[in-house]
Parts: sequence; C-alpha cells; structure tokens
Amino acid sequence: MRYFQQEIETMAPEAIRALQSEKLVRQVKHVYEHVPYYRALMDEKGITPDDIRGVEDLHKLPFLSKADLRETYPYGMLAVPLADCVRIQSTSGTTGKRVIAYYTQKDLDLWEECCARAIVAAGGTREDVVQVCYGYGLFTGGAGLHGGSHRVGALTLPMSSGNTERQIQFMMDLKATILCCTPSYAAYIGEALKERGYKPEDNHLKAGIFGAEPWTEEMRRDIEKSLGIKAYDIYGLTETSGPGVAFECSEQNGMHVNEDHFIPEIIDPDTGEVLPDGEKGELVFTSLDKEAFPLLRYRTRDICVLTREKCPCGRTHVRMAKPMGRSDDMMIIRGVNVFPSQIETVLLNEGYAPNYRIEVDRVNNSDTLDIYVELLPEQFTDTVSGITKMERRLAEAIKIMLGISPVVHLVAPKTIARSEGKAVRVVDKRKLHD
Amino acid sequence: MKQLTVFVENRRGGLAVLTRLLADARVDMKALSIADTRDFGILRLIVSDAEKASDTLQKAGFLVQITEVVGVTLPDRPGALAQALDILDQDGVNLEYLYAFLSSEPGTARVVLRVADNAEAERILTQNGFSIL
Repeated sequence: MRYFQQEIETMAPEAIRALQSEKLVRQVKHVYEHVPYYRALMDEKGITPDDIRGVEDLHKLPFLSKADLRETYPYGMLAVPLADCVRIQSTSGTTGKRVIAYYTQKDLDLWEECCARAIVAAGGTREDVVQVCYGYGLFTGGAGLHGGSHRVGALTLPMSSGNTERQIQFMMDLKATILCCTPSYAAYIGEALKERGYKPEDNHLKAGIFGAEPWTEEMRRDIEKSLGIKAYDIYGLTETSGPGVAFECSEQNGMHVNEDHFIPEIIDPDTGEVLPDGEKGELVFTSLDKEAFPLLRYRTRDICVLTREKCPCGRTHVRMAKPMGRSDDMMIIRGVNVFPSQIETVLLNEGYAPNYRIEVDRVNNSDTLDIYVELLPEQFTDTVSGITKMERRLAEAIKIMLGISPVVHLVAPKTIARSEGKAVRVVDKRKLHD
Repeated sequence: MKQLTVFVENRRGGLAVLTRLLADARVDMKALSIADTRDFGILRLIVSDAEKASDTLQKAGFLVQITEVVGVTLPDRPGALAQALDILDQDGVNLEYLYAFLSSEPGTARVVLRVADNAEAERILTQNGFSIL
C-alpha cells in the first residue's frame, strides 16, 4: 500500500486548486456567519464572503495569530454550538495562555485520516505494530497518531510518553515496527537501548514518525543509525488540528501538506505580503474543512519554504521544508537571529550528542550565550587543557554558524535533563529582568 | 602505573559521593590531585585497585578514564625533584602535570608524572638512577 487515499493524494494540481476554491468559499461563509470575532476583522477590512470567490482571493482575508486566540479564549473562535463538539485538545501553554481547539466528530475523522496518510507514507500497513509514545491527553501528538494508526488498521500500542523501561519492554516483546514520538525522545530511546546492550538490528522497528519539535537532518541521521530505521518528519499544530497537516514520504525531502484540507501560504513576517513558492518566510494555514475551530490564514510563526516540484513518490500535494524553527524559538542575541536547531547542527557535526542546554542572559547590557553540552565518554581526557581546547573548538564552530561567540561548557554525561515530550533546551534569563 | 581520572562538576557534595563510593568498594587511595576550572574539575587518583574503582564509579554514572602515568621514587631531600625534572627537560620531555604522594619507605618521596611519552620518560629516569614504580 503506497497511499492511504490514492485519488486525493495524487490528484492533479489544478483539480486540488479547484477543490480548495470550492471549499474556501464555503468555509469563509461558515466563519463569517458563526465567528463574530473574525466577522469583525473582515468588516474592518471591508471584506464580505462575496469577495472570496476562490483561492486567488485568499490574500484579501485578515490574518489570525496566537494573540487573537488568547483574546478569544476560551470559546471565541468556536464556529458550531458547543453541543456539536465531541473533544478538545490543547497546547502546552509554554509561550503564554493555552490554546484550546475544539473538534466535531467529522473534524476528528478528517484529522485521523491525515495521520493515517502519514503512517502509510512511512510504510505502515495493517500488519504493523505502531508504538505511540507521544503524550496522550491534551497534547495532540498522542491522539493524532493513535487515531491515524487505528484508521490504517495497525495494532496500536497506546504507550504515551515516559517510562522508558516499559517502552523498551513493549517495543521488544511486541515487536513494534513503527515508533511515533518526539525526535528528542526517539534519540533518548536509542541511547537507552544502547545502554542496555541492544544493537540497532535487535529491534523490529522499520520506521519512526517524529514531530512536534524542530529537528535537524543531522539528528535524523543519528536516530536512523541508533534505531536502525528510516525516520520521517510529521508536522502540525494544535490550532490546525494537530500532527498530520503535513508529512514526509519515502523521499524524505520535504513534507506533503494535505492540501485538500489546508491551504498553506508563505508570507513576509514583517509586511504580511504573500511570497512566491521557493521563498523563505512565515508559514500561514487556512483550514478548509474544520467545522468547530476553523482558522483562516493562521500565522504559525514557523519559518519555512514551499516547493511545488514534482515528487517521485507520486503525491502531488505541495511540500514544505522542515521549518527552521518556530519564530517563538528564535532568539535574538546581540541583534542576531539564532535558532536552537542551528546550534544542534553544529553539535552533531562536531561529534557531540544532541543533549544540550542554551542559556541566554544579559550582563552589563550585553547578551551572553552559554551552551552546556554533555561530554561523551570517549572524548574525556585527563588534562584541563584538553577539555578547554575542545570547548574552544566547539565555540569556534558555533561562532562560524551563528556569527556570535558563545561560551561552551562541557558537562558530565547524563547531567542535562532528558525530555520525554518536547525538549526544553533554551533558558532565556533576560525575560526575568524585563 | 595506572591513574584513575574522573570528571567532576563543581557542585556541592560531588566529591563526598565519590569518596564514599570508593570507601564502600574498599578501594584505598594512595594519592590525589585535582585540577579545577570554574565549571569542572579533573580528579586524579592513584588507588589500590584502579579497575575496581573505575567500575564502581562508572556504574554510579561518573565519567572515568584509566590513564597511564609514570611513578618515580626520589630521595627525600632538597633538590631531588628539581634534578629529576632538569634531566627530563634536557631531553625535551614535556610535562603535562605532576603531583606527589606518600611513600611508605622512610627517606623517600614519590611523584606521579604525566608526560606525552611514558616509556621515554621512564627510560631516561632509569638511566639516571631513579627508580620507577
């Protein structure tokens, strides 16, 4: 089985566009009629649903951002009676107030379908054993992949995150073939297996579907090696339903956006102007089918690029590159934009493990960047100069990547807290002073 | 001879934990030296059983390495160490670090030397009448 829904996934681009246009017209009416907050935004711009006749008119619609969702918390974006909703999911609230997303049964069905497409693209069939160790509960990761795995008809292990000992036991005893979790947890499981004396070929895994946090190509290769699998990226956010908005195929070269349900746009984050395919900018999504929580032109703050180049896998849906990181994750240090993923790339290139903590502070009105990295046993030497030399070399490599100098601190193995969900890698102490 | 090298972070109680582990494993410490920086220290130990000490500490999560070093016995009198170091210096042996430890024989002192080429240093010292441990 190559596709979960071949007809849709390989539909001709013009046909997709026609389908999007038809759905967009209907969706804008639905939102205008049922979401007073968005109606007011449209009124303010002098736009009515009649002005939206197809995808070509999308740019006329106002944007939504996380600030709007905070403003309308908890029910302000709801477009159906609460009684028609059957579920909520929620963001972790790490960047401020939580966002609560609502789902009708149809919303859940379509979301699960999107996740099923991702699992099939990673080689999943009903014969597979899918170990879901994304967190269950409010987080969309567990619910999304769990539902998707059901739709594929695979045997689903609803592990949730954490309890690595138990994860390994189930993985081995039940011969799990597909692992779904955050990339940082996948790396941790790989490390834990190695510690217990397992070799990559000892497990039955063939693929992993990893998402919910930015990760680098280097980290992908590391995970693939340590688990003996092919690692696939999956993308989504609670505001648009959850994982499955876009997913990687066997080409591992960008994620296909499920364009029958979502329209992606890339905009200039400063001006809001729509940028042509191939240009880097902020990713914006319009949900075409969501009934309960239908966001139009939602600004994700993820920085990435779209490509319409033909994909050898046969899927015709547009591909998005791995986001460089959410603009939430982006730090401005001494006036330079810094993404943790850039630092991670250097660490892996220099032979370190992706276990690190970044501390940003302000001392005497100047930003400081301290990076704590675990020393690997084979790197340890008995002289102080040997270790400080390694710190200096790593700091130099990071400076070449970022343009600013960090202070690197090598620390003992296992002393940087491991994450079972989304990794918390950045501590920005400057905020405490503001 | 074998030296146990341990990476210790500068945090409260770190050394207490380490020495307690060695005590419980009945490992006797003969010499000890610490090189420290703001963030971390490198603890160097000469112990009764380096392998056992290394296993014990590794199991407890410490970063440990067994390093080959040169142990030399010197007469316990002024100038003895200076003489040994002069000889090494003249032969171009570069010293990374050194520390002293107790000698059970009266009238002698013991020093641990860490150089790039142990065998070369041992040969030079032996040729000049020093006894190697």
